Amino acid sequence: MCLVLTVISVAAAAGLAAVYSLTKDPIEASQNKKRTEAINQVLPGFSGTTETVKVCLPEDKDSVTLNMAYVDGELFGAAVETYTLKGFGGAFSIMVGFDKDGNILGTAVLNASETPGLGDKINADKSDFSKQFEGKNPLDFMLKVNKDGGDVTPITAATISSRAYCDAVQRAYDSFVLAKKEDSNE
Amino acid sequence: MSKLQILTKGIIKENPSLILVLGMCPTLGVTTSAENGIGMGIATTFVLLLSNIMISLVKGVIPDKVRIPSFIVIIATFVSIVDLLVQGFVPALAESLGLFIPLIVVNCIVLGRAEAFASKNGIFDSMLDGLGMGLGFTLSLFIIGACREILGSGAIFGHKFITGDGILIFVLAPGAFFVLGFVMALVRHIQNRKKSSQLEKR
Repeated sequence: MCLVLTVISVAAAAGLAAVYSLTKDPIEASQNKKRTEAINQVLPGFSGTTETVKVCLPEDKDSVTLNMAYVDGELFGAAVETYTLKGFGGAFSIMVGFDKDGNILGTAVLNASETPGLGDKINADKSDFSKQFEGKNPLDFMLKVNKDGGDVTPITAATISSRAYCDAVQRAYDSFVLAKKEDSNE
Repeated sequence: MSKLQILTKGIIKENPSLILVLGMCPTLGVTTSAENGIGMGIATTFVLLLSNIMISLVKGVIPDKVRIPSFIVIIATFVSIVDLLVQGFVPALAESLGLFIPLIVVNCIVLGRAEAFASKNGIFDSMLDGLGMGLGFTLSLFIIGACREILGSGAIFGHKFITGDGILIFVLAPGAFFVLGFVMALVRHIQNRKKSSQLEKR
């Protein structure tokens, strides 16, 4: 009895290991491709090198990954892989591109499970919600929805998702400011 | 039962989600669009087919006491394989189905068919049964997904035919129950009419 179950489990493990090694590279490649595409999307017109930095804000538990973008050794901006825990469907992650002065160049959704038809309008191909951030600087553009006294026009019937999106962009901006400070201190 | 009957019974007469009412989690959860329904259906069909074949192959050597654990190990392995393959080669589908692929493992249809059919029948019959059940599941998920997409977002396969929003509730959780209820009622109604007309003929 035990023997049969052991044999089955070992065979299953062997099979899984084989498939894992077969799919490891394609999965990694597709994730990398997704990341590169997102960087290109949020930093339009950028061609240069990126350097990955991790920053954790004092009030957060998880760190944010910043792809600091350099052109000829000069800081161009950053594509920040940020997240929020306040989404309607739990945490989601987005990428925000900043130029070196902190102006938002673009935003893109990386991984979200917001409600189809409502919250998923945070995706650029579903509505123009995410485009309103472009060209704004969080210094004078308050990253809060209108209802909370901010400058962001929320998605109709998806205030929670809109608030979460602002939260993620704010986190990206704060991390970028922090990373920039560290960068110039070096 | 003829081979053809084994294959087709899963599609209508014993349709897993509409008649047997198994696998309600994906039926209600992923059917926000026709495309998601078909994707989930195909992934489940694949797992059903492989697990039915495998279980009917090893049914002779598995002692009764560890039957269920063995089935679960086999099913879980195939689900993980499908999950890895989808992530590796169809990333777009992996994105829209997300968490639901690993959840195939707890889908009652897969274990149900292993228990009720594959552990008692030959390989070929089990294969047909898995395929038929999978196709039936895919069909019902497609119907529910298409209804919800048409009513909820005014689109089919992502192509919008109205401007603005549809009746949003159909994309949300309650809409899944509404549509499932109506589709089930319709199927039962057709079945009952068939039955009564057969009785009259006699």
